[in-house]
Amino acid sequence: MSTHSSRLAARLMVAPSVALLLIWMIVPLAMTLYYSFRFYRLLSPDRTGWVGFNNYLWFMNAPDFWLALFNTLTLVGGVLIITVILGTLIALLIDQPVKGQGLLRILIIAPFFVMPPVAASIWENLFMHPQNGLFSAVSRGFGAQPILFLEDYPMLSVIGIVSWEWLPFATLILLTALQSLSSEQLEAAEMDGASAFSRFRYIILPHMTRAITVVILIQTIFLLGIFGEIYTTTQGGPGSASTTLPYMIFKQAIVAKDIGRAAAGGIIAVILANIVAYFLMRGLGRNLDS
Amino acid sequence: MGKIQLTAVRKSFGEVDVIPGIDLTIENGEFVVFVGPSGCGKSTLLRLIAGLEDTTSGVIDIDGKDATNLPPARRGLAMVFQSYALYPHMTVRKNIAFPLKMAGMDQAEQDKRVERAAKVLNLTSYLDRRPGQLSGGQRQRVAIGRAIVREPSAFLFDEPLSNLDAALRVGMRQEISELHQSLKTTMIYVTHDQVEAMTMADKIVVLNAGRIEQVGAPLELYNFPCNLFVAGFIGSPKMNLIEGAEAAKHKAHTIGIRPEHITVGDGPWEGVVGLSEHLGSDSFLKVSVEGIGTLTVRAPGEVHARHGDRVRLAPAGKIHRFDATGLAI
Ligand SMILES: Nc1ncnc2c1ncn2[C@@H]1O[C@H](COP(=O)(O)OP(=O)(O)OP(=O)(O)O)[C@@H](O)[C@H]1O
Ligand SMILES: [Mg+2]
Repeated sequence: MSTHSSRLAARLMVAPSVALLLIWMIVPLAMTLYYSFRFYRLLSPDRTGWVGFNNYLWFMNAPDFWLALFNTLTLVGGVLIITVILGTLIALLIDQPVKGQGLLRILIIAPFFVMPPVAASIWENLFMHPQNGLFSAVSRGFGAQPILFLEDYPMLSVIGIVSWEWLPFATLILLTALQSLSSEQLEAAEMDGASAFSRFRYIILPHMTRAITVVILIQTIFLLGIFGEIYTTTQGGPGSASTTLPYMIFKQAIVAKDIGRAAAGGIIAVILANIVAYFLMRGLGRNLDS
Repeated sequence: MGKIQLTAVRKSFGEVDVIPGIDLTIENGEFVVFVGPSGCGKSTLLRLIAGLEDTTSGVIDIDGKDATNLPPARRGLAMVFQSYALYPHMTVRKNIAFPLKMAGMDQAEQDKRVERAAKVLNLTSYLDRRPGQLSGGQRQRVAIGRAIVREPSAFLFDEPLSNLDAALRVGMRQEISELHQSLKTTMIYVTHDQVEAMTMADKIVVLNAGRIEQVGAPLELYNFPCNLFVAGFIGSPKMNLIEGAEAAKHKAHTIGIRPEHITVGDGPWEGVVGLSEHLGSDSFLKVSVEGIGTLTVRAPGEVHARHGDRVRLAPAGKIHRFDATGLAI
């Protein structure tokens, strides 16, 4: 791809898909932007009109807004920390040669194939349920009061569930990174007198930074939009304790049937996502260059 | 210090006996080269000495102490890998300093040693680059630098030059030899390359299928190979091996004549030239001789013989004799 004509040809070839992607992205975005400045409630469809920034002002002055923002970032941050750390440790563990390695790996990857609402239901009813859940049985077994996960620790519970779902993804990516490390490098480090911890710290971890960056970037994109798990378990409650930005938008659109305000919330979420992406790329982007 | 002694060292991977049992003594300060065909266990033997593989049985003594179960770091050896195994995310300086850092040496002493090694190896102007920005020869030098800063009691090299082009190999070969002269540290060097083995070694160990065929100085192996395998392996092009009536004349089962010990012109053997290669300094001829087979001949200078010509050959040099079991007589 170096001559003038081959570069031109390359651009022409790519152009249709770029155009398609652009339309695919720009139409919904433009419509959301349009509605965010309109008065548009499904309960009174006849009353329409421009309202300027009123929808935005309402959304940002809503009592739950700052909490929802905080919850969204907590969810993303918490899940990232848990999945990256545990994912690295599990990847190190299942990279060791053991009997039944293939089966072990499939088992570890399995949670990724469970749909989010199903996963959330499983956790809610089989593990965290105050009467029937496994955790409450264990607590009672020790003679303690069962912990009311979804009432007392709603955000932590949601973070736990989402981490469980995303751990396989992180593990898988980190495992492939680990496997691409040449064994000679580790052997050289061993001969150089590096302990197991030093080998991890100075050889393995630097080798994995790019994979960790990829995991963080991809997961952030998906985690900013987490909705199903909250909808199935806490419904944003108790009160608004586990309301996130996407859940707040959902409440405006579907419960309050106020499309204008929901659209404004959507645009705010897009801006938030871009701010997060900007800082991530500034902090981690150079890890992606080889 | 750097005397390494292997006693009945055996290594098997599962069912496969890769090294069925080796006894070998490497004296302090010696330059020992392991040669042998691919897959004969040279790397495995080196890794056993390094401690990167566990012995199945047998004892490895380093400096008179039993090191069989010591971890690699505690054996005081340094290894240079075929792929160099540099740490790609560290600068050259950090790569070379890594073993010192792991040993907990203070920064000033680390810097001093790195500077000194860099000077010896002509790396001073590359210290702040990463391995990815270096040429093959420079990477090789960094790998050697990382090995010498630790001042190990012996160096282990596993085909360190096989990724370099011919010209660079010659240069690096000399540099490693010079390094050996100045450091006077034991070096164990694995190679495929005849020339490397002959020019660098104090002592060559010829391996075949995990067994030692012969140990000796380069010229000793060249002049007095103790069996057919060594006779065929040392020397390039290969020694001509002749069986049958011609061998019986010398009261042997097989006789061997090196290509450089046959002269073209006059002589008892007559044959047809099959292939002739002219290198300028030498000419290689493949001549099929009635009743003997195909002989390779190496004649100095230019020989005007082409495909299909008839030439006469005469043995002019040592004739090696072997009995029916392949041992030299
Ligand atoms: N980890 C292993 N598991 C099983 N067999 C092995 C292992 N490592 C080496 N071998 C076998 O041991 C034999 C010797 O291997 P080794 O790497 O020592 O050969 P080598 O003499 O260094 O060959 P080369 O010159 O091609 O590098 C080979 O037959 C190889 O297949
Ligand atoms: Mg090898």
